[in-house]
Amino acid sequence: MLFPSTPSSVEPPRVVVTGAGIVTALGLGWKPNAEGFRAGRRAFRPVTLFDVSRQRVKIAAEVDLPKNFPATRLSRRQFERLDRAGKMLFLAVHEAWQQAGWEAAENLPLVLGTTAGGMTLGEAYYRQAVQQPQRHRGQATRAVQYQAQVQARMVLDALGCSGPITVISNACASGGSAIGHAFDLIRSGQAERVVAGGYDALGELVFSGFDSLQALSPTICRPFDAKRDGLALGEGAAVVTLETLKSAQRRGAEILGELIGYGTAIDGHHLTQPHPQGSTTLTVMKQACASARVTPEEINYINAHGTGTMLNDSSEALAISEWAGPRAATLPVSSTKASIGHLLGAAGAVEAVVCLMTLREQWLPPEMEFETLDPACKFPIVNKPQDARINVVLSNSFGFGGVNATLILRRWA
Amino acid sequence: MSKIFVAGIGAVSPAGWNVPALRGALDKGEPLPVQSLVRPGWDKPLHARLVPNPPVRPEFLAHPRLRRTSPITHYAAAAALEAVAGLRANPAAKNFRLGIVVCLQSGCVQYSCRFYDETLKDPATASPLVFPETVYSAPASHVAALLENVALAYSLVGDPSAFLQGVALGAQWLEENRADACLIIGAEETNWIIADALWHLDRRAIVAAGAGALCLCRDLKFSAGVELSAITDAHTFSARQNRAQAARAMRGQLGKNSPGELLCDGIGNSPRTDAAEFAAWSDWSGPRVSLKKILGEGLMAAAAWQCVAACDAVATGKFSAANVSLVGSNQQAIGARFTEVAQASRL
Repeated sequence: MLFPSTPSSVEPPRVVVTGAGIVTALGLGWKPNAEGFRAGRRAFRPVTLFDVSRQRVKIAAEVDLPKNFPATRLSRRQFERLDRAGKMLFLAVHEAWQQAGWEAAENLPLVLGTTAGGMTLGEAYYRQAVQQPQRHRGQATRAVQYQAQVQARMVLDALGCSGPITVISNACASGGSAIGHAFDLIRSGQAERVVAGGYDALGELVFSGFDSLQALSPTICRPFDAKRDGLALGEGAAVVTLETLKSAQRRGAEILGELIGYGTAIDGHHLTQPHPQGSTTLTVMKQACASARVTPEEINYINAHGTGTMLNDSSEALAISEWAGPRAATLPVSSTKASIGHLLGAAGAVEAVVCLMTLREQWLPPEMEFETLDPACKFPIVNKPQDARINVVLSNSFGFGGVNATLILRRWA
Repeated sequence: MSKIFVAGIGAVSPAGWNVPALRGALDKGEPLPVQSLVRPGWDKPLHARLVPNPPVRPEFLAHPRLRRTSPITHYAAAAALEAVAGLRANPAAKNFRLGIVVCLQSGCVQYSCRFYDETLKDPATASPLVFPETVYSAPASHVAALLENVALAYSLVGDPSAFLQGVALGAQWLEENRADACLIIGAEETNWIIADALWHLDRRAIVAAGAGALCLCRDLKFSAGVELSAITDAHTFSARQNRAQAARAMRGQLGKNSPGELLCDGIGNSPRTDAAEFAAWSDWSGPRVSLKKILGEGLMAAAAWQCVAACDAVATGKFSAANVSLVGSNQQAIGARFTEVAQASRL
């Protein structure tokens, strides 16, 4: 029963990551992404997915989907109904699933974050409805398939699994919220293992939206740089398989890292602007640390939300500086959005997987185009490839509407 | 395991801007009038049950955050304010930390269509004022700003059954003491494109708009006389479990018929769509109310109205318990049961 749930009489279980899948413009899978993030490679190019000739900005970080996909339990026809976002999600789930070594199961919870789901199908529906109003072919399928819960169901079917599906749409915090919610489900004893992540594809409506807000950088996306002038958009997906430590050890699974803390709160300041002092960001970072039972002194790296906009980065910089106190002076911070752009509902999940990479491989992802530190930053920005000893990392995600989410992960040694 | 109570309910529907209007329409039992929606390129109109204009402009619309918002936020805000009215009037609840879960299926379609239309015509002139209102989390954000003291908020997307996932999430936050009260809101707005999409999927359904809200609390003294007694598992539709099987599994978790109990089901006027739910409850011999026959297919709002109607029936003493059946369109089947709290205050 969802309620009342079975009370847990013991200490909340430790939650570990046993599988991770990632799809970004840097590549498909852990290896090309780890190489790209480690080198600070930038994956932007002119947009080809839709017409941007009348947009102010014309670049984004597009994913190259493969010609052939891994075998699934879906028919070819069913698989082709997945749009670009659904296919990226499938690839990420498939990689995480393979890595975890899980087998098909029933009652496996899936928690996903997305801002748009199958929005490209929604756009196609609208275009056909207004441009060819007498034509109905494909419309019923689009009306169903654009819905995120349908894509999630198809991904579970593709793996031969079933279970409760939760789709969280906390704007650009969605991916972080989804992994945090999965963490809560395991800690509260409601699940022993959960698949969680985020996904979003580039779409004309959203690209046009950020362009209309003049939030897109007409030059280079440089989070926390004093001369920053906006964000860049990207697309992708990332998924992790989370389970109790006991479950992972029982299976003899390889553990990629431990998820130890989660904090979330809402900033009511403005629909699209964070509180200038970053008060909610400060709150969620403190919450996550309390949940993880760590102090700022124990954090070795922060993967910041760091969009590259003036308002986000100054607010986040103030919050990190206040939260870290004297530790800030030596605390490495970077935003991997400098490499792959802002992945919206996928961002928090992708950045959690990047954090796992830093923990596993002991390097810091640099912002190669970073030049001048914003005075609000009392911390150094990682601006060249470097190895480092990393045991605990923190990842921030914030969204339109004000939801803030912070995840903390620890190295598994 | 602490008990969870319903502290208040709120509703905006084609029947009007509060719970008494919803109650009145259900008591009357007659389908509400249908309005026409013009579909570009078609001579024949589409049909919908829209929310009537409020008799007086709601005061909350003067809040700076709500100036440019679309109807879905107006409906969500009105339902939320009605649901928390009792708590806000109680000095003991003055500093309550609120949690908010807003559940949506279609979400902010009016501004999404408007903005995309502008983009197709010329993206260089698409309005930056409209775009932020297209995101699913906009209503939750506005309601949080309006109510203040909001500790955390999620927006859940799914088919209508996800409303009960939202209720379960709110109950979890209360149990974990992350909030002192939780508002669960189901809201939808509509326009010709949603009516068009529904027409493609179910030609007998009439789309509707509005919102419903439940305010949950842990403390009996804030209860409105209703206790959340159970929410079934989420019985997901899959290659192994079709919609009818999922509906039966949900029904099986809600127990046998008992005298004095009500069923608030999601059955409308579409034999094909309703078949799974109809079969699952074929053994039900007690009273039932099928809101969609009266109000229309309100998607997530309809799921919320079902829960509001169930709580209202218990709170007003008409029934000692009420079951809610949500057999979603493409995700899962979930049910819930609300029961009377002895010697508790009434709504």
